[in-house]
Amino acid sequence: MRLYAVVAAGGFRRYATYRTATAAGVFTNTVFGFIMAYTYIALWDVRPQLGGYDTSQALTYVWLGQALLMTSALMGGGFESELVERIRTGDIAVDLYRPADLQLWWLAADLGRAAFHLLGRGVAPMCLGALVFDLALPGSFWTWPAFLLSVFLGVVVSFAIRYLVAMSAFWLLDGAGAMQMAMLAGLFFSGMLLPLNLFPGLLGEVARALPWSSLLQVPVDVFLGKHTGWGLVEAYVFQAGWALALLGVGRLLQTVATRRVVVQGG
Amino acid sequence: MADDGFISLDGVEKVFEVRRRAGLLRRERREVRAVDGISFRVARGEMVGYIGPNGAGKSTTIKMLTGILTPSGGRLRVAGIDPSRERTRLAHRIGVVFGQRTTLWWDLPLRDSYRLMHRMYRIPDRRYRENLERCVELLDLGELLEVPVRQLSLGQRMRGDIAAALLHDPEVLYLDEPTIGLDVISKAKVRQFLKELNAERGTTVLLTTHDLTDIEQLCSRVMVIDHGRLMYDGSLAGLHEVGESERMLVVDLESELPPIRLDSADGGDQPALRAVKVEGPRQWLAFPAAASAAPLVARIAADYPLVDLSVREPDIEAVIARMYESTP
Repeated sequence: MRLYAVVAAGGFRRYATYRTATAAGVFTNTVFGFIMAYTYIALWDVRPQLGGYDTSQALTYVWLGQALLMTSALMGGGFESELVERIRTGDIAVDLYRPADLQLWWLAADLGRAAFHLLGRGVAPMCLGALVFDLALPGSFWTWPAFLLSVFLGVVVSFAIRYLVAMSAFWLLDGAGAMQMAMLAGLFFSGMLLPLNLFPGLLGEVARALPWSSLLQVPVDVFLGKHTGWGLVEAYVFQAGWALALLGVGRLLQTVATRRVVVQGG
Repeated sequence: MADDGFISLDGVEKVFEVRRRAGLLRRERREVRAVDGISFRVARGEMVGYIGPNGAGKSTTIKMLTGILTPSGGRLRVAGIDPSRERTRLAHRIGVVFGQRTTLWWDLPLRDSYRLMHRMYRIPDRRYRENLERCVELLDLGELLEVPVRQLSLGQRMRGDIAAALLHDPEVLYLDEPTIGLDVISKAKVRQFLKELNAERGTTVLLTTHDLTDIEQLCSRVMVIDHGRLMYDGSLAGLHEVGESERMLVVDLESELPPIRLDSADGGDQPALRAVKVEGPRQWLAFPAAASAAPLVARIAADYPLVDLSVREPDIEAVIARMYESTP
C-alpha cells in the first residue's frame, strides 16, 4: 500500500512542478467562470427556478464546475494520453514487468493529480467567484466533508472511464479518436455545459443515470444540500456503484490486453 | 530436474501471428518466428554478450526472460522460476534496463524514482540506503539526485536507470543496449561500473548491444543470434575461427606493380593470400587468420621490392557482419 502512496504523492508533485501552467490554468478557469456566470444570470432571469435551482444556486453550479473541471477531468486529460502513448510506443513493457498492479498504479497517480488540481486549480477560481457573486454556500459544516467524499468518488469514476479509453489503445493502436469521443461525452453528460436537471424527459433520465453525472452533477447537488439523509447515501451508492462497475470492466480489459501482449507481442 | 544453468533455455520458440489485409475483407495470416528454437545455459555470475542484427530476436528473448512474453514452445527457467507464470515473484530477483526506454519518473527528481523502487521492491531501509549510496558513488549521481529526469542528458539518465535497476540487489541484470547513444566517456563509465558490479557482487549479466566494444571489454562469452537462431555461442576469440576471418597484410612496394600472387606453400590449389586492393605502390593482402604471417612476409620480401609493411588484426565487426550475411 505504501508503494501506491508514493505513486500518489508523485502524481501530486509532478503537477505541482509546473507553476506557470497552473497560474495560467487558474486564469482560464476564472475567465470561463465569468462568461458562464453571466450567461446563466441571463438564463435564470428569463426562467427563474430552472431545474429547481434559484439564481444563486445556478451560479454556485457554474463555479463548482470550474473548480472541478480539472480535478475530476470533466473533459478528459490527465493520465490517459500518457498511457495511450506508452501502449503505442511499447513502453508499457517496462510497466508490465514491474511487481505492481497497472490499474492501481495509475489510479494512485491520478488521485494524486486530482488532489493537486483541487487545491491548485479548484480553490482559487471558487474563491474569486464567491467574492464577486452571491453563491449558495453550505449552511452546515458537515456539508463540506460530504461534498469532498462525493468529489472523491467522482474522481474515481472519472478515472475508471478514462482507463477504459486508454485500454482501447491496445486494440486501436491510436487512442486519439477514443479520447476525443470521451472528451465530448464528458463535456455534455457531466453537466459541464448545463446542469443535467434541466434536460427534460427521457434525455434527462438517461443523462442523469450515466456515469458522467457522478463527476459534477452529483457533487454539486451534495454541495447545494439537495441530497440529505438517505438521499445522500443513495447518491454515494450511485457513484460508488459506477466506480466499481467501471473499474471492474477496466480490470477485465487489462487482463485481456496484457494476455494478448504477453502472447502476441503487441 | 538437475540444472546447472542459472538461466536455462531449451528449444525456446516465439511465434507471432501477423494479420495482413489481403483484399477488401479477407485477411491473411502469416507466422513470424521471432525466436526459433534457442537453447543455452548461463551460469551464476557469468557476463554474457547477446548480439545480433536488428530484428534477430534479441529483445524478444529478453522479454521472455523477464516474463512479459510467453514462449510459444520450449522450456525456459530463470533461477528455477518460469518467468511467464511467476512474473511478479521473479521481478524481485531480476533487474532490467531497456536502453531506449526509461523506468524513471519523467517530471520528478531522480530521487523520487528511487523512493518508488524502495517501496515497489520492498527493500529494507538499511539495504536501500547502502545500495543507493553505492550506486550514487560509482555512477557519479550525487549532483543529479535532485534534478528532474527530463533535464538529464542521455548518459546521465542511463546511469540513473542502471541504478534504479540495481537497488533491490537483483541476481540477474538484463541490459538491452545500455550504451546506445552515449558518448565515449559515458560509455566507459557504464562499462567500468558493470565490470565492478560483476566482480564484487557476482551479479549475472546478460547484455545485448550493437556496440562490440561493450562485448570486448565486458564479456568473456558471446552469443550471436540471427533470424531467431543461435549462430554462435563461445568465446570472443573463437568467433574469428567460426567466422573464417582473415588478417590483412598491408605492404608498401618501391613502385606500382601488378597484384602480388603467392602460391600455396604446400603446393595446393589455394593461393596463400589474395590481393584485396591495390592503390599505387600499396597493396592490401588478405590471408587466413589462423595462418602465420612470418613465412608470407619472408616470401614477399624475397620476391618483391618491399619498403614497409603492417599486419592488421581482423575486425570483429567484419567477422560478425560476414556471419549475418552467410545466413539465409
